[in-house]
Amino acid sequence: MSNTPRRMRSASLNKRSKLSDLLYDLKHNKALLLMVLPSALHLFVLSYLPMVGIYYAFTNYNYRGGLFGSPFVGFANFKFLFASGTAWRLTANTIFYNLIFIFAGTAFRIAAAIMLSEIIGNLFRRVTQTIMLLPHFVSMVLVGVFAYNILSYETGVINNFLTSIGADKFDFYSTPWIWRLIIPAVDLWKTTGYGTILYLAAILGISNEIYEAAVIDGVTFMQKIRYITLPSLKPTFTILLLMSLGSLIRGQFDLFYQLVGNNGLLFGSTDIIDTYVYRVLRVTPNIGMGSAVGLYQSVVGALMLLGVNYIIRRIEPDNALF
Amino acid sequence: MVIFASICLIPFILMVTGSFTDNNTVLLNGYSFFPEKWSLEAYRIIFKYPQKILDAYKVTMFVTFAGTSISLAITTLSGYALSRPNFRSRNSIAFFLYFPSLFSGGLIPWYIMMTQVLKLTDSVWALIVPSLVSTFNIFVVRNYIKTSIPLELFESAKIDGASEMTTFIKVIVPLLKPVTATVGLFIALGYWNDWFMSNLFITTTSKYSLQYYLYSMLNSTRVLQELKAMIGDVSIDIDIPTETTKLAMAVVSTGPILFLYPFVQRYFVTGLVIGSIKG
Repeated sequence: MSNTPRRMRSASLNKRSKLSDLLYDLKHNKALLLMVLPSALHLFVLSYLPMVGIYYAFTNYNYRGGLFGSPFVGFANFKFLFASGTAWRLTANTIFYNLIFIFAGTAFRIAAAIMLSEIIGNLFRRVTQTIMLLPHFVSMVLVGVFAYNILSYETGVINNFLTSIGADKFDFYSTPWIWRLIIPAVDLWKTTGYGTILYLAAILGISNEIYEAAVIDGVTFMQKIRYITLPSLKPTFTILLLMSLGSLIRGQFDLFYQLVGNNGLLFGSTDIIDTYVYRVLRVTPNIGMGSAVGLYQSVVGALMLLGVNYIIRRIEPDNALF
Repeated sequence: MVIFASICLIPFILMVTGSFTDNNTVLLNGYSFFPEKWSLEAYRIIFKYPQKILDAYKVTMFVTFAGTSISLAITTLSGYALSRPNFRSRNSIAFFLYFPSLFSGGLIPWYIMMTQVLKLTDSVWALIVPSLVSTFNIFVVRNYIKTSIPLELFESAKIDGASEMTTFIKVIVPLLKPVTATVGLFIALGYWNDWFMSNLFITTTSKYSLQYYLYSMLNSTRVLQELKAMIGDVSIDIDIPTETTKLAMAVVSTGPILFLYPFVQRYFVTGLVIGSIKG
């Protein structure tokens, strides 16, 4: 699906209006329109209609007044969020974690892919890959259970080990800073195997002749990786990196909520936009404020994606999202 | 590599050994790989009154089965329509489907839609409906049809007088097997592992999904422990799930996945490469 023919097509499309296209399809392609109807309807009801609810962000919502009966307060919710520092703290945490996830994650994935590709035995490689993929398949609830078993103060494996060597116990669940390491570690544990697949496919796609020629020329192992493997991973790397940068402000609610939950002691270093919005919805209801944070995230997120897409379009048009 | 692979595996081993450990051994020595005393007690406890687990299993199995079937039907239909070159509005519609991934109203307006407009509170459908449509999956199917199914096939079906619907069902669906297997597994895994929808919408315990049942069990333990610590060690006889029963429950709720996983993982690998990047 290279983009060039599509561009040409869309250029010719521009001569016809979108409306006349639709009228044409209504006349000649009723069946096709009916086929996309379920998806379109679903998104209309569950994605487009709720966009009306953006208005909540500008109200002091109460259940009696509902959407349009609650007092309109303009940008007061946003002003409060930024003046109180909440918005900055949430944004900083969200971006901080995502940056670590992206960079550490990418490094691990590429390293794992290179090592997997160097494993000689086919069976051994498959078994290793199977084991590494395993964490991707389990629910975050289970990840929370694992973390608790390993870290808990009374029965955790680590504290168990510390006691056995006569050291003091370490209370992970009331030490905020350590979670800046734990959460990325858990993320690496869960996503490395899965993320490696694309890189491994790219490496296995490199022609063997290149490596053979290099071996004849007396190239060392490190040189082989530095001058053949890594450069050929560059397209995959660039696109995946840019795409993940586009979602820099969208947090992984599941991961944070299952690890930290409602443990207020840790919020300072672990609260991200998504967990905050959830708490504002479920724990301390404040619909107006929560919608404001959600809208802020949505707008910034959309702008970032547009920016990233613009860059991808310039360097690798085939991979642009739209 | 071996080290990283074993780190991936260790928590699973701990879970299984932990669930077979005697509860007092855990309280005394903590978890370990080679517990001093083995025990089946945890499993005996959770299967003594299996009703709740069976309920949760039923809910999750129904949700996974119904959700995956409906979602697959919707996804392949849309993917097919969007792949047809004679469908002039296809690009506009593709953008309509894509736009919500770019910009959304956020969690709260969506939640209000689900509960106050659609009135899905405490309904099993609240677990199914939200994730029925994934634009990403639709595009994966569309791209697969565009790249792997020759246009001549559509043309010859048309010459034979087949309608779009007949072409789709008789000609295309059988050829979509590889991509439906992958997309179906993506969807099924999502439903099986979901806890968030139960958390948001379900109020009756018997309608909890399996993962959320596990979560609520863990959570109630923590709350009860904190409560006990607060009011001092008065011997209130609340039935706190023991450490090992939690693990046994974790094993029971994850078992099917661990069992099926080795058979299905290749579909994930190939599928990721099929639908790669161009979403």
